[in-house]
Amino acid sequence: MAEFRMPQLGADMSAGKLLRWRKQPGEPVQRGDIIADVETDKADIEVEVFVTGMIEKFLVQPGEKVPIGTVMAFIREEGKPAVEAPPVFPVAPAPAAPSAIFPPAAAPAARAIPAAAPMEPRRLHISPVARKAAADLGIDPATVQGTGPAGRITLEDIQRAAQARAVQPAPEAAPDRQTRLRQVIAAAMARSKREIPHYYLSATMDVSRALAWLAQENLQRSVEDRLVYGVLLLKAVALALREVPELNGFWREGRGAPSADVHIGVAISLRGGGLVAPALHHTDRQSLGELMKNFRDLVQRARAGSLRSSELSDPTFTVTSLGEQGVECVFGIIYPPQVALAGFGKIVERPWSAEGQIVSRPLLTATLSGDHRVSDGHRGGLFLAAIDRLLQEPEKL
Amino acid sequence: MSKDEIRATVLRALGQIAPEADLSQLNPTRRLRDQLDIDSMDLLNFVIALHKELHVEIPEADYPKLATLQGCVDYLAGLSGRP
Repeated sequence: MAEFRMPQLGADMSAGKLLRWRKQPGEPVQRGDIIADVETDKADIEVEVFVTGMIEKFLVQPGEKVPIGTVMAFIREEGKPAVEAPPVFPVAPAPAAPSAIFPPAAAPAARAIPAAAPMEPRRLHISPVARKAAADLGIDPATVQGTGPAGRITLEDIQRAAQARAVQPAPEAAPDRQTRLRQVIAAAMARSKREIPHYYLSATMDVSRALAWLAQENLQRSVEDRLVYGVLLLKAVALALREVPELNGFWREGRGAPSADVHIGVAISLRGGGLVAPALHHTDRQSLGELMKNFRDLVQRARAGSLRSSELSDPTFTVTSLGEQGVECVFGIIYPPQVALAGFGKIVERPWSAEGQIVSRPLLTATLSGDHRVSDGHRGGLFLAAIDRLLQEPEKL
Repeated sequence: MSKDEIRATVLRALGQIAPEADLSQLNPTRRLRDQLDIDSMDLLNFVIALHKELHVEIPEADYPKLATLQGCVDYLAGLSGRP
């Protein structure tokens, strides 16, 4: 029997609210099907299932807010015999690795950790991981009954307390979506700046060849199939990451963990403020036409509030571009547990030296924000040089 | 198609891109980018919407002519052969 759990859709998520099930018990599901809509502080997300089989039982009802990792449903996997569902204990037995390493720095305001917690008069017998989970979930450990050896408060105790609280009505009105969005961005970015030793590099690139090629290419394409310049940048970044793979991945369990796949998270500004950075899966393997089609779809869905869970959980690297706002150079903040981020500014026409001549050329400033625990400036420099080289041969992208 | 009909079509297309905007407040001679916070992807979607509704092919070189609401109406009226 497979367990369908509340996914962690980014390092800044500690819990999610089930909005609705899209399937019924007894219905078949295919791997990749969207079976639930979940509300997070950032957005409403369509959650996919990663097994093929049949819905056996729902454990969480619409309207319930549960911690990440909570078992929400049982799914009988295809080709496997029906068995008795395990006893209902829907709280996750262990935290997901990313949350253990990058716990949210601050719980949303409605879940604020009681200010008295650090000054607790009696010494709490609690494991470090449980204390961290309590902070993440906004649980006051002093209110939790420990069930471990000598009454020690365990991770399971904290998760059980969070689960129990999830079914209780909220004590006060929750902040609106925009406020919560700012809170989760604030928490993730503050944590990144606090924990990740960033280094920053920039390089100026002559993009005249890329722009000329793009103009010619778009003349041959129908209106619907035209490419935007940003797609060339995304593909160049994805290919450059293959050359410097340590930039593509995560910081987990005290070390860098490169990803075999390149899923670039694209920073997309939302109307009304805030941003999300969902993944363009397998960015390096897509043709420019495919990438454009998927990028366009991703932007539309991000702004319409219909992203999928895998798009939020899978990014291995982030790209941000502020050129259209007139910014010439952007040094971004790494989104943990990722370990690097590339930024692109506005293309500006400037004097440039080429073949012994001063000429006017369209220039682009590309930047890298790198996690110095994982990579060094030398490797970061090679990454930016690779982007430059790739953009000089746009027809090969 | 009259200029009024073109204008209505343009506003409809803009409404798809910026559904939260009050298009009745648009200044026809100010840049749409500044008033609606649109980016290059929005612009492409706008051009695609106009293509579908008006059956016009707008080359990239002409995108600057779509910078304002008035510019859009004038340009598209010119494409359809009307003053």
